[in-house]
Amino acid sequence: MADDIERQVIEAIAKKKKLDPATVTVASTFEELGLDSLDAADLMFTIEDTFKILVPDQAALTMKTVGEVVGGVRQLVAQRADGASAS
Amino acid sequence: MRRVAVTGVGAISALGTGAPAFWSGVVAARSGVRRITNFDATGFLAQVAAEVPVYDPTAYYDDTEREMLDRFAQFALVATAEAWRQSGLTLAEGERDRAGVSIGSAMGGAVTQDERYKKLYGEGGTRAHPFSIPRIMNNAATSHISMRYGLRGPAMAMATACAASAHAIGEASEMIRAGRADVMIAGGADAPIAPGIVRCWEAMRVVAPAPADGPSRACRPFSRDRLGMVLGEGAGILVLESWERATARGARILAELAGYGATADAEHITQPGTRSPARAIAIALEQARLAPTDIDYVNAHGTATRLNDITETAILKIAFEDHARKLAISSTKAVHGHAMGASAALEAIATILALGEGVIPPTANYTEPDPECDLDYVPNIARPKPIGAAISNSFAFGGLNAVLAFRRA
Repeated sequence: MADDIERQVIEAIAKKKKLDPATVTVASTFEELGLDSLDAADLMFTIEDTFKILVPDQAALTMKTVGEVVGGVRQLVAQRADGASAS
Repeated sequence: MRRVAVTGVGAISALGTGAPAFWSGVVAARSGVRRITNFDATGFLAQVAAEVPVYDPTAYYDDTEREMLDRFAQFALVATAEAWRQSGLTLAEGERDRAGVSIGSAMGGAVTQDERYKKLYGEGGTRAHPFSIPRIMNNAATSHISMRYGLRGPAMAMATACAASAHAIGEASEMIRAGRADVMIAGGADAPIAPGIVRCWEAMRVVAPAPADGPSRACRPFSRDRLGMVLGEGAGILVLESWERATARGARILAELAGYGATADAEHITQPGTRSPARAIAIALEQARLAPTDIDYVNAHGTATRLNDITETAILKIAFEDHARKLAISSTKAVHGHAMGASAALEAIATILALGEGVIPPTANYTEPDPECDLDYVPNIARPKPIGAAISNSFAFGGLNAVLAFRRA
Protein backbone atom coordinates (compact mmCIF):
# COMPACT_ATOMS: atom_id res chain seq x y z
CA MET A 1 0.00 0.00 0.00
CA ALA A 2 2.80 2.40 0.94
CA ASP A 3 4.57 1.84 -2.38
CA ASP A 4 1.34 2.29 -4.18
CA ILE A 5 0.67 5.69 -2.57
CA GLU A 6 4.15 6.86 -3.44
CA ARG A 7 3.80 5.68 -7.03
CA GLN A 8 0.41 7.34 -7.49
CA VAL A 9 1.54 10.67 -6.00
CA ILE A 10 4.63 10.70 -8.22
CA GLU A 11 2.58 9.83 -11.28
CA ALA A 12 0.09 12.62 -10.55
CA ILE A 13 2.89 15.19 -10.23
CA ALA A 14 4.73 13.93 -13.31
CA LYS A 15 1.54 14.13 -15.38
CA LYS A 16 0.75 17.67 -14.28
CA LYS A 17 4.22 19.00 -14.89
CA LYS A 18 4.89 16.82 -17.97
CA LEU A 19 7.89 15.15 -16.34
CA ASP A 20 9.32 11.67 -16.61
CA PRO A 21 8.11 9.91 -13.41
CA ALA A 22 11.58 8.40 -13.07
CA THR A 23 12.98 11.89 -12.40
CA VAL A 24 10.58 12.50 -9.49
CA THR A 25 11.55 11.11 -6.10
CA VAL A 26 10.29 11.51 -2.52
CA ALA A 27 13.19 13.90 -1.98
CA SER A 28 12.08 16.23 -4.82
CA THR A 29 10.84 19.61 -3.66
CA PHE A 30 7.94 21.48 -5.25
CA GLU A 31 10.39 24.19 -6.16
CA GLU A 32 12.67 21.76 -8.01
CA LEU A 33 9.68 20.34 -9.86
CA GLY A 34 8.34 23.79 -10.80
CA LEU A 35 5.15 23.40 -8.77
CA ASP A 36 3.80 26.81 -7.78
CA SER A 37 1.06 27.38 -5.21
CA LEU A 38 -1.73 27.01 -7.78
CA ASP A 39 -0.17 23.76 -9.08
CA ALA A 40 -0.02 22.55 -5.48
CA ALA A 41 -3.74 23.31 -4.98
CA ASP A 42 -4.47 21.42 -8.20
CA LEU A 43 -2.34 18.49 -6.97
CA MET A 44 -4.26 18.37 -3.67
CA PHE A 45 -7.54 18.29 -5.59
CA THR A 46 -6.35 15.31 -7.65
CA ILE A 47 -4.97 13.54 -4.60
CA GLU A 48 -8.22 13.99 -2.68
CA ASP A 49 -10.06 12.37 -5.59
CA THR A 50 -7.54 9.57 -6.05
CA PHE A 51 -7.36 8.54 -2.40
CA LYS A 52 -10.87 9.58 -1.31
CA ILE A 53 -9.51 11.79 1.44
CA LEU A 54 -9.83 15.44 2.44
CA VAL A 55 -6.52 17.24 2.92
CA PRO A 56 -6.98 19.99 5.53
CA ASP A 57 -5.81 23.47 4.40
CA GLN A 58 -3.14 23.61 7.09
CA ALA A 59 -1.63 20.29 6.02
CA ALA A 60 -1.84 21.20 2.33
CA LEU A 61 -0.05 24.51 2.88
CA THR A 62 2.89 22.95 4.72
CA MET A 63 3.65 20.28 2.08
CA LYS A 64 6.68 21.36 0.08
CA THR A 65 8.20 18.03 -0.98
CA VAL A 66 6.94 14.86 -2.62
CA GLY A 67 7.86 12.96 0.55
CA GLU A 68 5.66 15.26 2.65
CA VAL A 69 2.74 14.68 0.31
CA VAL A 70 3.23 10.91 0.41
CA GLY A 71 3.52 10.99 4.21
CA GLY A 72 0.45 13.17 4.56
CA VAL A 73 -1.60 10.98 2.25
CA ARG A 74 -0.45 7.85 4.08
CA GLN A 75 -1.62 9.35 7.38
CA LEU A 76 -4.99 10.49 6.00
CA VAL A 77 -5.61 7.14 4.31
CA ALA A 78 -4.83 5.37 7.59
CA GLN A 79 -7.19 7.69 9.51
CA ARG A 80 -9.89 6.98 6.96
CA ALA A 81 -9.33 3.23 7.36
CA ASP A 82 -9.47 3.58 11.19
CA GLY A 83 -12.67 5.61 10.93
CA ALA A 84 -14.18 3.00 8.65
CA SER A 85 -13.30 0.10 10.96
CA ALA A 86 -14.49 1.97 14.06
CA SER A 87 -17.90 2.72 12.62
CA MET B 1 -4.60 64.28 -30.11
CA ARG B 2 -3.10 61.10 -31.54
CA ARG B 3 -4.96 59.09 -34.18
CA VAL B 4 -5.74 55.39 -33.86
CA ALA B 5 -5.21 52.82 -36.63
CA VAL B 6 -6.74 49.35 -36.85
CA THR B 7 -4.04 47.06 -38.21
CA GLY B 8 -5.46 43.62 -37.54
CA VAL B 9 -8.76 41.85 -36.92
CA GLY B 10 -9.63 38.36 -35.72
CA ALA B 11 -13.01 36.71 -35.37
CA ILE B 12 -14.54 33.46 -34.21
CA SER B 13 -18.30 33.22 -34.28
CA ALA B 14 -21.30 31.23 -35.45
CA LEU B 15 -20.07 32.01 -38.96
CA GLY B 16 -16.91 29.99 -38.35
CA THR B 17 -13.32 30.58 -37.38
CA GLY B 18 -11.47 33.50 -38.91
CA ALA B 19 -12.44 36.96 -40.09
CA PRO B 20 -12.75 35.80 -43.74
CA ALA B 21 -15.40 33.21 -42.75
CA PHE B 22 -17.13 35.85 -40.64
CA TRP B 23 -17.17 38.42 -43.43
CA SER B 24 -18.34 35.99 -46.12
CA GLY B 25 -21.24 34.89 -43.90
CA VAL B 26 -22.16 38.49 -43.11
CA VAL B 27 -22.11 39.57 -46.75
CA ALA B 28 -23.98 36.48 -47.98
CA ALA B 29 -26.63 36.93 -45.22
CA ARG B 30 -25.91 33.31 -44.30
CA SER B 31 -27.11 32.77 -40.76
CA GLY B 32 -25.01 30.75 -38.34
CA VAL B 33 -27.98 30.20 -36.01
CA ARG B 34 -28.64 26.50 -35.43
CA ARG B 35 -30.17 24.13 -32.91
CA ILE B 36 -28.29 24.24 -29.62
CA THR B 37 -25.62 21.56 -29.40
CA ASN B 38 -23.47 22.86 -26.52
CA PHE B 39 -25.89 21.11 -24.14
CA ASP B 40 -29.09 19.10 -24.35
CA ALA B 41 -31.75 21.80 -24.76
CA THR B 42 -34.71 19.42 -24.68
CA GLY B 43 -37.60 21.19 -22.98
CA PHE B 44 -36.04 24.64 -23.31
CA LEU B 45 -38.00 27.48 -24.91
CA ALA B 46 -34.82 28.68 -26.57
CA GLN B 47 -33.94 25.81 -28.88
CA VAL B 48 -31.61 27.77 -31.11
CA ALA B 49 -28.41 29.73 -30.66
CA ALA B 50 -25.53 31.15 -32.65
CA GLU B 51 -22.88 28.66 -31.51
CA VAL B 52 -19.36 28.50 -32.90
CA PRO B 53 -19.54 25.53 -35.30
CA VAL B 54 -17.02 22.67 -35.44
CA TYR B 55 -14.82 24.07 -32.69
CA ASP B 56 -12.27 21.58 -31.38
CA PRO B 57 -10.28 23.05 -28.47
CA THR B 58 -7.66 20.29 -28.74
CA ALA B 59 -6.63 21.78 -32.07
CA TYR B 60 -5.49 24.92 -30.23
CA TYR B 61 -4.59 23.98 -26.67
CA ASP B 62 -2.95 21.03 -24.91
CA ASP B 63 -4.48 19.34 -21.83
CA THR B 64 -2.74 21.64 -19.36
CA GLU B 65 -3.77 24.81 -21.19
CA ARG B 66 -7.38 23.67 -21.52
CA GLU B 67 -7.59 23.05 -17.77
CA MET B 68 -6.97 26.76 -17.25
CA LEU B 69 -9.08 28.19 -20.09
CA ASP B 70 -12.84 28.57 -20.15
CA ARG B 71 -14.42 28.57 -23.59
CA PHE B 72 -14.64 32.39 -23.66
CA ALA B 73 -10.91 32.82 -23.00
CA GLN B 74 -10.13 30.16 -25.61
CA PHE B 75 -12.15 32.12 -28.17
CA ALA B 76 -10.36 35.34 -27.20
CA LEU B 77 -6.95 33.74 -27.77
CA VAL B 78 -7.98 32.23 -31.11
CA ALA B 79 -9.17 35.62 -32.38
CA THR B 80 -6.11 37.40 -30.98
CA ALA B 81 -3.76 35.03 -32.81
CA GLU B 82 -5.49 35.86 -36.08
CA ALA B 83 -5.51 39.62 -35.50
CA TRP B 84 -1.88 39.61 -34.36
CA ARG B 85 -0.81 37.63 -37.43
CA GLN B 86 -2.64 39.99 -39.76
CA SER B 87 -1.14 43.08 -38.13
CA GLY B 88 2.40 41.78 -38.63
CA LEU B 89 3.16 43.30 -35.25
CA THR B 90 6.52 42.78 -33.57
CA LEU B 91 7.38 44.42 -30.27
CA ALA B 92 10.81 45.28 -28.98
CA GLU B 93 11.28 44.49 -25.30
CA GLY B 94 10.85 48.12 -24.23
CA GLU B 95 7.67 48.51 -26.30
CA ARG B 96 5.90 45.83 -24.29
CA ASP B 97 5.44 48.27 -21.41
CA ARG B 98 3.40 50.47 -23.75
CA ALA B 99 1.29 47.68 -25.26
CA GLY B 100 -1.93 46.77 -23.47
CA VAL B 101 -5.08 44.69 -23.54
CA SER B 102 -8.74 45.67 -23.21
CA ILE B 103 -11.32 42.91 -23.49
CA GLY B 104 -15.06 43.04 -22.89
CA SER B 105 -17.08 40.11 -21.62
CA ALA B 106 -20.59 40.14 -20.25
CA MET B 107 -20.45 36.73 -18.60
CA GLY B 108 -16.79 35.70 -18.32
CA GLY B 109 -16.29 31.97 -17.73
CA ALA B 110 -20.00 31.24 -17.81
CA VAL B 111 -19.79 27.62 -18.95
CA THR B 112 -17.28 26.80 -16.23
CA GLN B 113 -19.43 28.49 -13.60
CA ASP B 114 -22.53 26.64 -14.78
CA GLU B 115 -20.77 23.25 -14.80
CA ARG B 116 -19.11 23.75 -11.42
CA TYR B 117 -22.32 24.95 -9.74
CA LYS B 118 -24.21 21.99 -11.18
CA LYS B 119 -21.72 19.66 -9.50
CA LEU B 120 -22.11 21.50 -6.20
CA TYR B 121 -25.85 22.16 -6.08
CA GLY B 122 -27.17 19.52 -8.43
CA GLU B 123 -24.93 16.58 -7.69
CA GLY B 124 -24.16 17.12 -4.00
CA GLY B 125 -20.52 18.00 -4.56
CA THR B 126 -18.60 19.69 -1.77
CA ARG B 127 -15.41 20.72 -3.57
CA ALA B 128 -14.70 22.82 -6.64
CA HIS B 129 -11.54 22.53 -8.69
CA PRO B 130 -8.88 25.09 -7.68
CA PHE B 131 -8.76 26.47 -11.23
CA SER B 132 -12.45 27.41 -11.09
CA ILE B 133 -11.92 31.05 -10.12
CA PRO B 134 -9.10 31.70 -12.61
CA ARG B 135 -11.33 30.23 -15.34
CA ILE B 136 -14.51 32.07 -14.34
CA MET B 137 -13.09 35.53 -13.64
CA ASN B 138 -14.13 38.13 -16.18
CA ASN B 139 -10.57 39.33 -16.72
CA ALA B 140 -9.26 35.85 -17.63
CA ALA B 141 -9.22 36.60 -21.37
CA THR B 142 -7.36 39.88 -20.81
CA SER B 143 -4.77 38.20 -18.59
CA HIS B 144 -4.15 35.26 -20.91
CA ILE B 145 -3.64 37.59 -23.89
CA SER B 146 -1.30 39.73 -21.82
CA MET B 147 0.71 36.69 -20.70
CA ARG B 148 0.83 34.98 -24.08
CA TYR B 149 2.05 38.07 -25.96
CA GLY B 150 4.07 39.63 -23.15
CA LEU B 151 2.03 42.86 -23.06
CA ARG B 152 2.75 44.84 -19.91
CA GLY B 153 0.93 48.11 -20.55
CA PRO B 154 -2.58 49.02 -19.37
CA ALA B 155 -4.77 45.91 -19.21
CA MET B 156 -8.44 45.89 -18.31
CA ALA B 157 -11.69 43.98 -18.59
CA MET B 158 -15.01 45.61 -19.39
CA ALA B 159 -18.22 44.09 -18.10
CA THR B 160 -20.80 46.39 -19.68
CA ALA B 161 -23.01 43.57 -20.91
CA CYS B 162 -23.98 43.83 -24.57
CA ALA B 163 -21.78 46.89 -25.09
CA ALA B 164 -18.74 45.43 -23.30
CA SER B 165 -16.48 45.15 -26.31
CA ALA B 166 -17.49 48.57 -27.67
CA HIS B 167 -16.41 50.08 -24.36
CA ALA B 168 -13.28 47.88 -24.40
CA ILE B 169 -12.31 49.06 -27.89
CA GLY B 170 -13.30 52.66 -27.19
CA GLU B 171 -11.38 52.90 -23.93
CA ALA B 172 -8.38 51.22 -25.58
CA SER B 173 -8.44 53.93 -28.27
CA GLU B 174 -8.51 56.57 -25.53
CA MET B 175 -5.37 54.99 -24.01
CA ILE B 176 -3.59 55.42 -27.34
CA ARG B 177 -4.95 58.95 -27.91
CA ALA B 178 -3.83 59.99 -24.43
CA GLY B 179 -0.34 58.61 -25.07
CA ARG B 180 -0.56 56.00 -22.33
CA ALA B 181 -0.10 53.13 -24.79
CA ASP B 182 1.06 52.74 -28.39
CA VAL B 183 -0.53 49.36 -29.08
CA MET B 184 -3.74 47.87 -27.65
CA ILE B 185 -5.27 44.45 -28.23
CA ALA B 186 -8.97 45.24 -27.87
CA GLY B 187 -12.22 43.40 -28.35
CA GLY B 188 -14.53 41.01 -26.61
CA ALA B 189 -15.32 37.39 -25.92
CA ASP B 190 -18.24 35.48 -24.47
CA ALA B 191 -19.48 31.89 -24.39
CA PRO B 192 -22.79 32.01 -22.56
CA ILE B 193 -24.57 29.02 -24.12
CA ALA B 194 -24.96 27.07 -20.86
CA PRO B 195 -28.23 25.70 -19.45
CA GLY B 196 -28.45 27.98 -16.42
CA ILE B 197 -27.80 31.14 -18.42
CA VAL B 198 -30.15 30.22 -21.25
CA ARG B 199 -32.90 29.60 -18.66
CA CYS B 200 -32.30 33.06 -17.18
CA TRP B 201 -32.51 34.65 -20.64
CA GLU B 202 -35.73 32.75 -21.36
CA ALA B 203 -37.25 34.29 -18.24
CA MET B 204 -36.90 37.77 -19.72
CA ARG B 205 -39.15 36.75 -22.61
CA VAL B 206 -36.94 38.31 -25.22
CA VAL B 207 -35.36 35.16 -26.70
CA ALA B 208 -36.56 33.84 -30.06
CA PRO B 209 -38.09 30.35 -30.15
CA ALA B 210 -37.16 27.97 -32.97
CA PRO B 211 -39.14 29.21 -35.98
CA ALA B 212 -41.13 26.80 -38.14
CA ASP B 213 -39.06 27.71 -41.18
CA GLY B 214 -35.76 26.69 -39.59
CA PRO B 215 -33.25 27.90 -36.98
CA SER B 216 -31.45 30.16 -39.45
CA ARG B 217 -34.60 32.31 -39.61
CA ALA B 218 -34.75 32.93 -35.85
CA CYS B 219 -33.17 36.38 -35.73
CA ARG B 220 -35.02 39.01 -37.80
CA PRO B 221 -33.88 42.49 -36.86
CA PHE B 222 -36.10 45.41 -37.91
CA SER B 223 -38.54 43.02 -39.61
CA ARG B 224 -42.16 43.24 -38.46
CA ASP B 225 -42.34 39.46 -37.95
CA ARG B 226 -39.37 39.51 -35.55
CA LEU B 227 -39.25 36.78 -32.90
CA GLY B 228 -36.71 38.16 -30.44
CA MET B 229 -33.00 37.92 -29.88
CA VAL B 230 -30.80 34.87 -30.37
CA LEU B 231 -27.95 34.19 -27.96
CA GLY B 232 -24.57 33.72 -29.53
CA GLU B 233 -20.92 33.18 -28.63
CA GLY B 234 -17.49 33.94 -29.98
CA ALA B 235 -14.80 36.60 -29.93
CA GLY B 236 -13.74 39.58 -31.96
CA ILE B 237 -10.31 41.17 -31.55
CA LEU B 238 -8.76 44.31 -33.02
CA VAL B 239 -5.14 45.36 -33.05
CA LEU B 240 -5.11 49.11 -32.40
CA GLU B 241 -1.97 51.18 -32.89
CA SER B 242 -1.09 54.82 -32.80
CA TRP B 243 -1.29 56.12 -36.34
CA GLU B 244 2.36 57.21 -36.36
CA ARG B 245 3.59 53.81 -35.17
CA ALA B 246 1.51 51.98 -37.77
CA THR B 247 2.60 54.23 -40.64
CA ALA B 248 6.25 54.27 -39.51
CA ARG B 249 6.48 50.49 -39.74
CA GLY B 250 4.56 50.43 -43.04
CA ALA B 251 1.64 48.46 -41.61
CA ARG B 252 -1.46 47.95 -43.69
CA ILE B 253 -4.11 50.11 -41.98
CA LEU B 254 -7.56 48.56 -42.27
CA ALA B 255 -9.44 51.61 -40.99
CA GLU B 256 -9.11 54.53 -38.63
CA LEU B 257 -10.91 54.25 -35.30
CA ALA B 258 -11.79 57.92 -35.39
CA GLY B 259 -14.25 58.41 -32.56
CA TYR B 260 -15.82 56.91 -29.47
CA GLY B 261 -18.83 58.07 -27.54
CA ALA B 262 -20.04 56.60 -24.25
CA THR B 263 -23.11 57.66 -22.30
CA ALA B 264 -25.61 56.27 -19.81
CA ASP B 265 -29.41 56.54 -19.90
CA ALA B 266 -29.74 56.71 -16.10
CA GLU B 267 -33.33 55.59 -16.55
CA HIS B 268 -34.16 51.89 -16.59
CA ILE B 269 -32.35 48.60 -15.95
CA THR B 270 -33.51 46.96 -19.19
CA GLN B 271 -35.48 49.40 -21.36
CA PRO B 272 -33.34 51.50 -23.69
CA GLY B 273 -33.63 55.27 -23.78
CA THR B 274 -33.25 57.51 -26.83
CA ARG B 275 -31.62 60.77 -25.75
CA SER B 276 -28.42 59.33 -24.27
CA PRO B 277 -27.72 56.83 -27.07
CA ALA B 278 -28.18 59.65 -29.60
CA ARG B 279 -25.74 61.73 -27.55
CA ALA B 280 -23.21 58.84 -27.67
CA ILE B 281 -23.42 58.99 -31.47
CA ALA B 282 -22.93 62.77 -31.42
CA ILE B 283 -19.89 62.47 -29.13
CA ALA B 284 -18.29 59.81 -31.35
CA LEU B 285 -18.84 61.97 -34.44
CA GLU B 286 -17.50 65.05 -32.73
CA GLN B 287 -14.29 63.27 -31.67
CA ALA B 288 -13.94 61.92 -35.20
CA ARG B 289 -14.56 65.42 -36.63
CA LEU B 290 -17.27 63.93 -38.79
CA ALA B 291 -20.57 65.59 -39.63
CA PRO B 292 -23.70 63.43 -39.42
CA THR B 293 -23.93 63.70 -43.22
CA ASP B 294 -20.45 62.11 -43.54
CA ILE B 295 -21.80 58.80 -42.24
CA ASP B 296 -22.79 56.31 -44.93
CA TYR B 297 -23.29 53.16 -42.90
CA VAL B 298 -24.57 52.29 -39.43
CA ASN B 299 -23.97 48.85 -38.00
CA ALA B 300 -26.96 48.81 -35.66
CA HIS B 301 -27.23 47.25 -32.24
CA GLY B 302 -30.26 45.57 -33.88
CA THR B 303 -31.08 42.79 -31.44
CA ALA B 304 -34.42 41.93 -33.09
CA THR B 305 -36.44 42.66 -29.99
CA ARG B 306 -39.37 45.00 -30.63
CA LEU B 307 -38.15 47.46 -28.02
CA ASN B 308 -34.61 47.67 -29.44
CA ASP B 309 -35.55 47.95 -33.08
CA ILE B 310 -38.11 50.70 -32.60
CA THR B 311 -36.01 52.61 -30.07
CA GLU B 312 -32.86 52.37 -32.19
CA THR B 313 -34.78 53.72 -35.18
CA ALA B 314 -35.85 56.69 -33.05
CA ILE B 315 -32.28 57.16 -31.80
CA LEU B 316 -30.95 57.37 -35.36
CA LYS B 317 -33.60 59.94 -36.26
CA ILE B 318 -32.59 62.09 -33.28
CA ALA B 319 -28.86 61.78 -33.98
CA PHE B 320 -28.96 62.18 -37.76
CA GLU B 321 -32.16 64.18 -38.31
CA ASP B 322 -32.93 64.32 -42.08
CA HIS B 323 -29.79 62.33 -42.93
CA ALA B 324 -31.25 59.29 -41.09
CA ARG B 325 -33.27 58.44 -44.21
CA LYS B 326 -30.11 58.39 -46.33
CA LEU B 327 -28.19 56.05 -44.01
CA ALA B 328 -27.62 52.44 -44.90
CA ILE B 329 -28.37 50.61 -41.63
CA SER B 330 -27.97 46.92 -40.94
CA SER B 331 -27.91 44.49 -38.07
CA THR B 332 -25.47 41.67 -38.61
CA LYS B 333 -26.79 39.98 -35.45
CA ALA B 334 -29.24 38.23 -37.78
CA VAL B 335 -26.37 35.97 -38.83
CA HIS B 336 -23.93 35.92 -35.87
CA GLY B 337 -26.51 36.21 -33.11
CA HIS B 338 -26.09 38.27 -29.99
CA ALA B 339 -22.68 37.14 -28.84
CA MET B 340 -23.02 39.30 -25.69
CA GLY B 341 -19.64 40.82 -24.82
CA ALA B 342 -18.23 39.73 -28.20
CA SER B 343 -21.02 41.35 -30.21
CA ALA B 344 -19.72 44.88 -30.49
CA ALA B 345 -16.25 43.68 -31.47
CA LEU B 346 -17.65 41.39 -34.17
CA GLU B 347 -19.81 44.26 -35.40
CA ALA B 348 -16.82 46.61 -35.36
CA ILE B 349 -15.04 44.09 -37.59
CA ALA B 350 -18.04 43.98 -39.94
CA THR B 351 -17.91 47.80 -40.06
CA ILE B 352 -14.15 47.91 -40.68
CA LEU B 353 -14.37 45.33 -43.46
CA ALA B 354 -17.37 47.14 -44.97
CA LEU B 355 -15.23 50.29 -45.18
CA GLY B 356 -12.30 48.42 -46.67
CA GLU B 357 -14.29 46.39 -49.17
CA GLY B 358 -16.85 49.03 -50.12
CA VAL B 359 -19.69 46.64 -49.40
CA ILE B 360 -22.56 47.31 -47.02
CA PRO B 361 -23.55 44.16 -45.13
CA PRO B 362 -27.26 43.36 -45.28
CA THR B 363 -29.81 42.69 -42.56
CA ALA B 364 -30.60 39.01 -43.10
CA ASN B 365 -34.03 37.49 -42.50
CA TYR B 366 -35.81 40.75 -43.28
CA THR B 367 -39.21 39.85 -44.67
CA GLU B 368 -41.76 42.45 -43.64
CA PRO B 369 -41.41 46.21 -43.21
CA ASP B 370 -42.39 47.47 -39.76
CA PRO B 371 -44.20 50.83 -39.86
CA GLU B 372 -42.34 51.78 -36.67
CA CYS B 373 -38.98 50.97 -38.28
CA ASP B 374 -39.07 53.02 -41.44
CA LEU B 375 -35.42 53.54 -42.40
CA ASP B 376 -33.18 51.72 -44.90
CA TYR B 377 -32.11 48.45 -43.24
CA VAL B 378 -30.41 47.02 -46.35
CA PRO B 379 -32.67 43.97 -46.46
CA ASN B 380 -31.10 40.60 -47.24
CA ILE B 381 -28.74 41.60 -50.04
CA ALA B 382 -25.33 43.21 -49.60
CA ARG B 383 -24.94 46.54 -51.34
CA PRO B 384 -21.68 47.46 -53.07
CA LYS B 385 -21.07 51.12 -52.25
CA PRO B 386 -17.98 53.13 -51.35
CA ILE B 387 -18.20 54.08 -47.67
CA GLY B 388 -16.23 56.99 -46.29
CA ALA B 389 -17.22 56.68 -42.66
CA ALA B 390 -19.42 54.45 -40.54
CA ILE B 391 -20.51 53.95 -36.95
CA SER B 392 -21.25 50.87 -34.89
CA ASN B 393 -23.87 51.14 -32.13
CA SER B 394 -23.98 49.15 -28.91
CA PHE B 395 -26.64 49.71 -26.27
CA ALA B 396 -26.37 47.51 -23.20
CA PHE B 397 -28.91 46.47 -20.61
CA GLY B 398 -28.79 48.97 -17.80
CA GLY B 399 -28.72 51.86 -20.27
CA LEU B 400 -24.98 51.85 -21.03
CA ASN B 401 -24.28 53.07 -24.54
CA ALA B 402 -21.11 52.97 -26.63
CA VAL B 403 -20.66 54.09 -30.21
CA LEU B 404 -17.53 53.62 -32.34
CA ALA B 405 -16.89 55.74 -35.42
CA PHE B 406 -14.59 54.45 -38.15
CA ARG B 407 -13.14 56.19 -41.19
CA ARG B 408 -11.81 54.53 -44.33
CA ALA B 409 -8.02 54.39 -44.24
